[in-house]
Amino acid sequence: MMKTRNNKAWFLVLPVVISVAFSAIIPLMTVINYSVQDIIGPDQKVFVGLDWFKEVLRDPDLHGAFLRQLLFTLVVLAIEIPLGILIALSMPARGWKASLSLVLIALPLLVPFNVVGTIWQIFGRADIGLGGHFLASLGIDYNYATNPLHAWLTVILMDVWHWTPLVALLCYAGLRSIPEGYYQAAKIDGARAWATFRFIQLPKLSGVLMIGLLLRFMDSFMIYTEPFVLTGGGPGNATTFLSIYLTKLAVGQFDLGPAAAFSLVYFLIIQVVSFVLFTLIQRNSNPTATKQGTP
Amino acid sequence: MKAALPQTSNVQTRRIRPPFRVGSVMLPLYFMLLLLPIYWMITMSLKTNEEILAGFSLWPQKLTFEHYHEIFTNRAWYSGYLNSLTYVGLNTVISLVIALPAAYAFSRYSFQGDKHLFFWLLTNRMAPPAVFLLPFFQLYQSVGLFDTHIGVALAHLLFNVPLSVWILEGFISGVPREIDETAYIDGYSFGRFFFRVFIPLIRNGIGVTAFFCFMFSWIELLLARTLTSVDAKPIAAVMTRTVSASGMDWGLLAAAGVLTIVPGALVIWFVRNYIAKGFAMGRV
Amino acid sequence: MARIELDGLAHAYRPNPQKPEDYALRPLTMTWQDGGAYALLGPSGCGKTTLLNIISGLLRPSHGRVLFDGRDVTDLPTEARNIAQVFQFPVIYDTMTVHDNLAFPLRNRRVPEPEVRVRVAHVAELLELTGDLKNRARGLSADLKQKISLGRGLVRKDVAAILFDEPLTVIDPHLKWQLRSKLKQIHFELKLSLIYVTHDQVEALTFADQVVLMEGGAVMQTGTPQALFEEPEHTFVGYFIGSPGMNLLPCSLESGNTDAVLLGTQTGAPRLPMDAHLLERVRGQGDLTVGIRPEFLGCSNTEEIGTSETRVLPAVIARVDDLGNYKLATAQLGGYTLMAKLSEDAQVQVGPGWLSFPAHQTKLYSSSRLVR
Repeated sequence: MMKTRNNKAWFLVLPVVISVAFSAIIPLMTVINYSVQDIIGPDQKVFVGLDWFKEVLRDPDLHGAFLRQLLFTLVVLAIEIPLGILIALSMPARGWKASLSLVLIALPLLVPFNVVGTIWQIFGRADIGLGGHFLASLGIDYNYATNPLHAWLTVILMDVWHWTPLVALLCYAGLRSIPEGYYQAAKIDGARAWATFRFIQLPKLSGVLMIGLLLRFMDSFMIYTEPFVLTGGGPGNATTFLSIYLTKLAVGQFDLGPAAAFSLVYFLIIQVVSFVLFTLIQRNSNPTATKQGTP
Repeated sequence: MKAALPQTSNVQTRRIRPPFRVGSVMLPLYFMLLLLPIYWMITMSLKTNEEILAGFSLWPQKLTFEHYHEIFTNRAWYSGYLNSLTYVGLNTVISLVIALPAAYAFSRYSFQGDKHLFFWLLTNRMAPPAVFLLPFFQLYQSVGLFDTHIGVALAHLLFNVPLSVWILEGFISGVPREIDETAYIDGYSFGRFFFRVFIPLIRNGIGVTAFFCFMFSWIELLLARTLTSVDAKPIAAVMTRTVSASGMDWGLLAAAGVLTIVPGALVIWFVRNYIAKGFAMGRV
Repeated sequence: MARIELDGLAHAYRPNPQKPEDYALRPLTMTWQDGGAYALLGPSGCGKTTLLNIISGLLRPSHGRVLFDGRDVTDLPTEARNIAQVFQFPVIYDTMTVHDNLAFPLRNRRVPEPEVRVRVAHVAELLELTGDLKNRARGLSADLKQKISLGRGLVRKDVAAILFDEPLTVIDPHLKWQLRSKLKQIHFELKLSLIYVTHDQVEALTFADQVVLMEGGAVMQTGTPQALFEEPEHTFVGYFIGSPGMNLLPCSLESGNTDAVLLGTQTGAPRLPMDAHLLERVRGQGDLTVGIRPEFLGCSNTEEIGTSETRVLPAVIARVDDLGNYKLATAQLGGYTLMAKLSEDAQVQVGPGWLSFPAHQTKLYSSSRLVR
């Protein structure tokens, strides 16, 4: 679609810019401020340049948290994306069953993050939980509070329970946009289920899958509340992911400088990866999302 | 033009189905696993604390509503829900109101720096809340927005506005420009055109956007808890104080949890048609 | 190759159709010869796509049977039917090259790779796609995509018939004729049965050996383009075929008179002499129509004498349009407006004139059906 060149459009965009700037730029400035200063006392601030950054990047605890975060993100992505596709393929296309499926599927997405943690606490504890009790009755000494592996498995299962529906919903929407004729032609060409999936459905899903990948990468890399409520980052620091570590630094130890420096690095990592994924999305899909002036 | 290949009849004995049906076993199985933890929480909310701690039972031996009663009568509890609903509602309305014109501008016009602005907006969706906790805290205290509903609503604009602009821009771009131009030729002023002609055309998109704003604001805990203390305390924060001298009040906690799911379930139910239609024609 | 028979075939969306209107496709029985080129012609909603989809197996009919070479295929799914279908909007597999697109139906059927290569090369040459084989299918022009769709049908050895559902809709006009002639060439060389659905009569009449004209779910007439033109069996056929269509004049019988019809009901309506045996057939019937094609209707300013071969009536020529290689005259006769197609050098002017009705081409319809 042709766009008109009109700089007065800035007026329409102004409210958005102001509100987001207020919520984003000012705090960001503050963080940058803290990251390059050492605050010794209420009125004593010393400019330390990049010292905090150097210290933070050498911090072995940070490295640990980073690796843990990376592993977590990779595992949940590897599970949620294929599973989401599978669910979307299984969901009915229309009728009351479709509406019901949509509502049921969306339910985990609307649970407040802390309640997600609570649900899995209640479910997973061996003493009061259905899941915990079931595993105990199988003879497994399941305890996510003391066993790091159990903690990991529970946290991963919790995230899959929580977020697979998002991928499924996106893929479901993508599937609905495939015209019936493609399936008809495929039938005539003798294509069976796998060929139809590989050559018709999957290509058409690539757009929404990239969006799903982007959203899931960002959110899983920033995850805080759900694992925190469930395990508190433990046992020990077994499930201490990046956001949890950062918050411990800033709030727990009150090391503002290092926390701020780390915040910026954290922010940067996400921005860079997201930018790459986002550019891939732009190229893949909607031409309206890439702007051009009218000749 | 929307490509519409010749439709075969829907109403007849052999419909063409997308051939990849993983069997009708998969879906009900998935739903059961999905609902199991929620079922368990509901069960727990209806048990007495003694029963919970005493032994294990698949469903309440002695059905009780005492936890719900506590929540509905104790101001400390139900005010949490009201607070949450308030700031979420505020946030949804504000997000939509400011995102609509912006999305329209991004869709219809090109202007200085528009690409960069669009991307910058989206980067805010990618900001870890943990990064902003302390600065937000200090900022809001200094401007007097601490512990207010509007404060939390404004804070949540950080991630909801970019998302809204993104989604709405997609829907708006799906409406042909010719409609705008025809309206102008017919003598509509911009305001009248926007409200009487345009908005009805994108109401599915607005429904989808409102749903996502509600969702992401309702579930967010970190900022909401950091920026409030008493007056605007969200239910999530209230739930964290269920530890008492006699130990964790599981039943109460479960009841509170169940009640947090209810608004969400209602919202999905009401917008389910918008979502279905919106998905079919929108950005994705 | 297949002879296609339709036996009592009908389709209704509701379970218990009572009236003819309940049917999307009214009961019909017909045979389509092996190797014939058929056009299914008709306005939108007439049921031609429904019929096509029943033949291809994408739609299961509620009544009746479909037979290929005597074999009942009504319950067979599409992929078991040895047909190929080309749709209105080109369907190609974006992620594959042109070559792989063409190879797809063969590979799905586990044809050995050397044979795949041979057949793809052959079809590509036939469709003049050889140069594009290595390219990705995505991003090609619409006519190339349709060629690929067609190619996927041709590449299979077992294909009995190729069905087309308005395939030239998205093609640029100046490329349409190219594809049409390609289709004719294929039909000639490969001797396949081709069934072609369209609402464009020019396409149908130039493409097909036999035209099946449909309206409102029913087959109005089946025949060669010439037969539909010269002997329309239904007023709809007369109206739909031809540009402009047949002049249709409601008429009535004069009581006591058996050699003419009245064009109109008012007194003093023009009397058009007609063959007595025709009038004998319709004695007592009410809904009568005279039909004559503009191509056959004579028109001039000079008086002519009517004969038993050609009846002449005075009329007023209201306008004459010069359309390049022919002229179109519009005349008023007893309250009716008639059009006549004349040669480009015909000397006709606005004003009083004469219309001549050749007996052979002046048709009489009773309740819209041709009277012979």
